[in-house]
Amino acid sequence: MNAPIRRLAVLVGLLFASLLISTTLIQYVFAGQLNARPDNRRTLLSVYNRDRGPILVGTKEVATSVRTEGEFTYLRRYPEKSAYAHVTGYFSFFGAAGGLELAENSLLAGSSDKLFYRRASDLITGRKPQGATLKLTLNPAAQQAAIAALGTQRGAAVALDPRTGAILAMVSNPTYDPNVLSSHDLTKVDAAYKRLNADSTRPLVNRAIGGNLYPPGSTFKLITAAAALSSGSYAPDSALPGPARMELPQTTVGLSNATGRPCGSTPQVTMAFALQQSCNTPFAYLGMKVGAGAVGAQAAKFGFGDTLSIPMRVTPSRFPADLNQPQLAQSSIGGYDVRVTPLQMALVAGAIGNGGIVMRPYLVESVLGSDLSTIEEASPERLSQAISAQVAAQLTGMMRGAVENGTGRNATIPGIAVAGKTGTARHAEGKAPHAWFVGFAPANNPTIAVAVVVEDGGDAGREAAGGTVAAPIARDIIEAVLKK
Amino acid sequence: MTVIASITPRRGRNVELALLLFAVVIVMFAYVSVGLATKAEIPARALTIGGLFVAITVAFHLVLRWRAPWADPLILPIVTVLNGMGLVMIDRIDIAESRTAVTGWAFKQLLWTGLGIALAVLVILALRDHRLLRRYTYLSGLLGLILLLSPLLPFIGTSVYSARLWITIGSFTVQPGELAKILLTIFFAGYLVQTRDALSVAGRRFLGMQLPRARDLAPILLAWLTSVGVLVFERDLGSSLLFFGLFVAMLYVATERRSWVAIGLGLFLVGAFTAYLLFSHVQVRVTGWLDPFSPAALQVSDQLALGLMGMASGGMMGTGLGLGRPDITYFAHSDFIVPSLGEEIGLIGLFALLILYVLLIERGMRTAIGTRDGFGKLLASGLAFSIALQCFVVVGGVTRVIPLTGLTMPFMSAGGSSLLANWVIVGILLRISDGARRPLIDKIDTPPSGPGLPTASGADIAQGSRDDTEVVRAS
Repeated sequence: MNAPIRRLAVLVGLLFASLLISTTLIQYVFAGQLNARPDNRRTLLSVYNRDRGPILVGTKEVATSVRTEGEFTYLRRYPEKSAYAHVTGYFSFFGAAGGLELAENSLLAGSSDKLFYRRASDLITGRKPQGATLKLTLNPAAQQAAIAALGTQRGAAVALDPRTGAILAMVSNPTYDPNVLSSHDLTKVDAAYKRLNADSTRPLVNRAIGGNLYPPGSTFKLITAAAALSSGSYAPDSALPGPARMELPQTTVGLSNATGRPCGSTPQVTMAFALQQSCNTPFAYLGMKVGAGAVGAQAAKFGFGDTLSIPMRVTPSRFPADLNQPQLAQSSIGGYDVRVTPLQMALVAGAIGNGGIVMRPYLVESVLGSDLSTIEEASPERLSQAISAQVAAQLTGMMRGAVENGTGRNATIPGIAVAGKTGTARHAEGKAPHAWFVGFAPANNPTIAVAVVVEDGGDAGREAAGGTVAAPIARDIIEAVLKK
Repeated sequence: MTVIASITPRRGRNVELALLLFAVVIVMFAYVSVGLATKAEIPARALTIGGLFVAITVAFHLVLRWRAPWADPLILPIVTVLNGMGLVMIDRIDIAESRTAVTGWAFKQLLWTGLGIALAVLVILALRDHRLLRRYTYLSGLLGLILLLSPLLPFIGTSVYSARLWITIGSFTVQPGELAKILLTIFFAGYLVQTRDALSVAGRRFLGMQLPRARDLAPILLAWLTSVGVLVFERDLGSSLLFFGLFVAMLYVATERRSWVAIGLGLFLVGAFTAYLLFSHVQVRVTGWLDPFSPAALQVSDQLALGLMGMASGGMMGTGLGLGRPDITYFAHSDFIVPSLGEEIGLIGLFALLILYVLLIERGMRTAIGTRDGFGKLLASGLAFSIALQCFVVVGGVTRVIPLTGLTMPFMSAGGSSLLANWVIVGILLRISDGARRPLIDKIDTPPSGPGLPTASGADIAQGSRDDTEVVRAS
């Protein structure tokens, strides 16, 4: 009987082996999937029972966890309400969403590997893990100025320090109050989420870094000009044809200046003058001359096509490929299928001000432990050299002209040299254009670069232009930072 | 052989004592960490409980030194850890569901544990030789069958959550199936050791396999019909599977014929498939097994889904004792005690527990190999296999290896009947292992044959001497 008993013992081994496999599958292989289920009450409880780290702007908490009575121990509060909604995102019963709540979830929740040593000691002492604190680069004055200047107009504003890439302001309109979504009243949260999600103006989307993206309009002429100057065949005083309307090859469609008049009093104008007056025909000509390859390559050097994380994912801006000549002419003035994020245009302006160097943009200045010891500190990082310092200086001069004597006059600040470029992007038949302004200041050694876009002309409607609608907003933001 | 025979075998009692104390330390550590995690303090009774715990286990150990000095030294420490961890978990869930010591499950389970240990000691003291049990082969069979089917009786039979596997006597509810498990194993062992020669006689060949004679099919068919009866009338999938599986395994051990296994598996498949087609309570379990998160399954019960999410939340390391939420799952202290443990002690802890079960069962199998009589071999392997099969049905059920059934995890789940029955099994296994590990020379000095031994032991002695060489080889 011993042989069958041995075989029976082997069978027992096999039965238990299957149990070791099944438990491994559940507790290790598919554990993440099971934990991520929306109907997982344990995840919900652990999410709400964790002391999630706060998010600081300056010394002010813009997101914080407060103790409450009841089964859910912590309630996420946003004391500044809608002001930082798109930066923080929200922390809801269905998880962290949008903004830093999602992008830095593991740090805020205290489960990140960066907190390994802290977690290891928590494991031994049995202390409940505490989330890390995020200290942001935002400048509260700049943020408030941008919010006030945008008012109720739809659009976005981004300001950054061109020397480091630190983001100083990031506003997207319309916005929402994240407190409504972080409430413990789950039915109310659900209703509020459904309402916000169904809203055709899309308040949950951070227009500064994502959404449907915007056509850049004339602000893109900076890139066309950069490509031309970098080619070595052109200088700011190169003469370009500036007719009221030019015929495009291979098509019957023409291309006109926004004013419907010739660019200057002479048939030929300088590139600097064309930029200052934001004439379309000279830049369409210039784009076709330097070629789609050169313009596209220049855009890529500024960061088009890159997926950045700040740490939220930034939708890549795009310059279309395989262009024929009329399409290239349109694209050279920021039309056709060119699409950008306001952050990307702030990077372009910043790089011009920063001697051609694009710095990687970031929102988190430092990560602090619950005892306020520094766990991680941002170190500015160079992304690329988009243009030479010489070309940067030439473009800066041309942009100063645009603010001092051209379309960007409304961005003038007494005592501070501002360099900028306006844009008025016609994006749909019968709709008011998007108004743009990008720029930096002080022009010779900038500490702030901005990009502002106001959708569908904002309050000005059909009469809107970048110079009248967007430039004053940019001026307010720059003033808030430079005139303390 | 002569060289090996000259080695003095070890009794292992000192090893047992050391392991027992280690087992107590493990369990007390778990108990204290539950207290620290849930109430931020070391439980006030920790010292009292720990002292009592040491006293009980050491007392058991001394009984073994006195009455069964050659008993397997691993069985008791392993069972101590398993029972202790079960108690800690039940207490932990009492705390989570805010039951007091008196109203909670843990206190009752503690009483049942004490009673179970007393019963096991009683078995060791009263049963001086396991062969005595062979006398009661048919009585055991009859009692076992009555107990197994007793929940169906009017007045005392009780349904709990649609499964009719309880009887109520006075204020007690008893799950007689647990006790029937032991009695039927004794019956199978006694019956099969008698009839094994007849059952091994070759019939015709089929597909390269030697089939038994048709007239010898009666016992297996009877066992099958009984299992089907349990499934249909008591709606108890687990017990049904356990009894039939146990019988087929013991039949195989007795006859060494694989054809019995094939026939058994065939009958099982036919029975299982027919039951699936005919009975909604079986279909429900299969639906839940295939996809516990499907709306159809969730509509019936989200218990399995909750258990799975609990285990997943534990992950590799577990949340830590007292830090998870096992109470979210229903029956976290009984049927779902394994997911509760998986959640709080993690995959690593669960592996350790499962491996302890494997060790316990393999010690039982080793006892079966070492023992000298056929009845003892069948009884030991049958009891060990019953624990194995029950663990597989329970853990396999909550981890989706097989459809979920309602059995208790041996030594761990809350429930008096189960705990008592399993401690009796421990007593019997310790007794058999004492005989199995005792050196032959010892046996000659003090022959165990008393006045009460079965008269048929002549055959056993012949059988024993045939296996003796193997014993020496094995040790």
